[in-house]
Amino acid sequence: MKRHELIVIGAGPAGLSATIEAKKNGMDVVVFDENAKPGGQLFKQIHKFFGSKEHHAKVRGFRIGQELLKEAEDLGVRVELDSTVMGIYENKEVTVKQNGEVHHYKGDYIIIATGAAENMISFKGWNIPGVIGAGAAQTMMNIQGVQPGSKILMVGSGNVGLVVSFQLMQAGCEVVAIIDAAPRVGGYGVHAAKVARTGVPFYLSHTVVEAKGTDHVTGAVIAEVDNHFQPIPGTEKELDVDTICIAVGLSPMSQLASNATCDMALIPQKGGNVALLSEYGETSVSGIYCAGDVAGIEEASSAMIQGRSVASHVCMKGGYLTDEAFAEKYQGFQDALGQLRQGMFAPQNKGRNDFTETDEGYPISKTLLAKGYMTEEELRDFPAASYKKDGVHPVLECTQNIPCNPCQDACNFGCIKVGENITRLPAVDEEKKCTGCGMCVASCSGQAIFLVDETYEDGFAVVTFPYEFLPMPSIGEKGTALDRQGKAVCEAEIIAVKKAPVMDKTAVVTMKVPLEYVNAARFYKPLV
Amino acid sequence: MRIQEHPIIESYDKGKLVTFSLDGKELTGYEGESIAAALKAAGVMVHRYTAKQHKPRGIFCAIGRCTDCVMIVNGVPNVRTCITPLKEGMKIQTQYGVEPKKED
Amino acid sequence: MRKVIRIANTEPFVEWEDDDMIICRCEEITKGEIRRAVYDGMRTTNEVKRYLRSGMGLCQGQTCQRLVQNIIAGELKTKPSELGMIQGRAPVRPVEIGVFSKNVTDVKED
Repeated sequence: MKRHELIVIGAGPAGLSATIEAKKNGMDVVVFDENAKPGGQLFKQIHKFFGSKEHHAKVRGFRIGQELLKEAEDLGVRVELDSTVMGIYENKEVTVKQNGEVHHYKGDYIIIATGAAENMISFKGWNIPGVIGAGAAQTMMNIQGVQPGSKILMVGSGNVGLVVSFQLMQAGCEVVAIIDAAPRVGGYGVHAAKVARTGVPFYLSHTVVEAKGTDHVTGAVIAEVDNHFQPIPGTEKELDVDTICIAVGLSPMSQLASNATCDMALIPQKGGNVALLSEYGETSVSGIYCAGDVAGIEEASSAMIQGRSVASHVCMKGGYLTDEAFAEKYQGFQDALGQLRQGMFAPQNKGRNDFTETDEGYPISKTLLAKGYMTEEELRDFPAASYKKDGVHPVLECTQNIPCNPCQDACNFGCIKVGENITRLPAVDEEKKCTGCGMCVASCSGQAIFLVDETYEDGFAVVTFPYEFLPMPSIGEKGTALDRQGKAVCEAEIIAVKKAPVMDKTAVVTMKVPLEYVNAARFYKPLV
Repeated sequence: MRIQEHPIIESYDKGKLVTFSLDGKELTGYEGESIAAALKAAGVMVHRYTAKQHKPRGIFCAIGRCTDCVMIVNGVPNVRTCITPLKEGMKIQTQYGVEPKKED
Repeated sequence: MRKVIRIANTEPFVEWEDDDMIICRCEEITKGEIRRAVYDGMRTTNEVKRYLRSGMGLCQGQTCQRLVQNIIAGELKTKPSELGMIQGRAPVRPVEIGVFSKNVTDVKED
């Protein structure tokens, strides 16, 4: 038996952060992870994260993972990989499978950071190869470099479904449709909008009723559902797909907490069965803590802060932090978490669908919730999206209160302001001069910022938009301008393509369109 | 299909091209990638047939949690191919129940 | 958790069209078998697990637990949260039986 002051289970965002925090404070800590590589699911997150600077906003998930690993390495943190924790026994004894053997460890404290598992739905044929989890799609394309399929049906319009749909297209796959049994898009409107403008149709109040095929998927039957989520006979529609991707939420992987006899409860706002925790993250079993998704489903950004917060409490109890030092740290973590836990998508608002207006009092777009994009008319309610000005200026199609503010820092000329509360909608200071640099366009994790110049040329305007697909358009190239739902609106000519290390692979592309389409054109499709 | 070019990801962490076999047929893949990825790139969808109903199964979660993608690897059944790295010369067999296909 | 009330079924078991759908992928337990287990008197997720082996396969209920719960809740016309979850048991992850014969109790300090 080997003793450690702190044993952390799971080297994902929460577990690694906890380990780093404990090590920094001088504690003897080891982290076990069953995988061959640390980082959990962070390395498949190739999109830019939300939040503010301290939450690593506008940094892609895998880069946050790299930073975290570097920090762990620099500190000399002990990360034991290929080490499967099998059970937690009395007096915090932990059994770990390593090298095909059972090893026994004992921790003065244990932090369980085992993350989450994907939820599934069952339907006829859901066992056929080709029906996969959204996480599986991400693993295949973003880690292994193999397309999970070629024509894909995405089931679920939460952030995972939306983000993975976008990533599938980046990997060269076709997303045939996104469906959701709920009547409203579940994820951020900006995530939906960036998918919708490529032309992917959204079917809300729809479910998948059958996967066709015998030894692989050859099609999917979807149907509209009634108020009780039951398919309505006669509304079936067959889609030509070879892959059905399920993204219907996550559940905390709390088996170890249950195994350790912690008091458990099924709490829907937390995504499932969780250990009941004190405000510092301690379970009913003294010295055993939970952090990250296992404590309640949230984002990786909050998991990292939670990991540090929980570890700092352990350090205080273990004598590595004074009460005062802990209180100060804890307050800092709570403030950072508090910022992320605001707005209409905050954990406490999970399942709520009664928001009709933003904090600023603007009506929330119904089309955005039903079809994934906003109409020009609805955007008129938002000053930052609809003001007029001569010359180039930013247009901010950010219309929901989500915790994010990189656009404010991106503009060196003070054109964009979010303010102290990062869930406020960004506002434009029309007095300030926009130089058209495009930094705000590239900084927006939701890809909701455009630059528009209605006075570019007689009869022509230019629209600048973020672009993260291949092939990259080239200057002088002609193609089709698409509107917010991906419909062709007019011919477009590419007049500028900006790429810079600071923009981190988000190209800022400018197209020239006839003036009358300036408010419609938001995306571009090359002529094939 | 393998992704040749990606707008965000510069490269995938892979070793050299190696050969392995599936049910006696020679295939190639990259050392260190998951067996499941190598099979998927080769167009293989069915990893096993279930014990009771003899139904085909393949990749489902791809992170070692659901155990649907298990196959017989070098004679050992129930190996999670989605988290087991490919090595040169691996002998992989489609799993029927918990065994290889019985010879008729 | 809800107080378990058992009343003998006097009505015959009614089969549904989708009863042959697999719910527990590992042990190949169908929706009909789960419904029948409830009809036979099983009232919690743990009871159904012990009765049918649903959630006792390689993945340890990782995939099906909530689906099984929803079916039981539907049959009993109650909320899934009233049924309790599967008790977490070691090993919580799939481990070959041979591993247990290699129990390393003395580890040299490094």
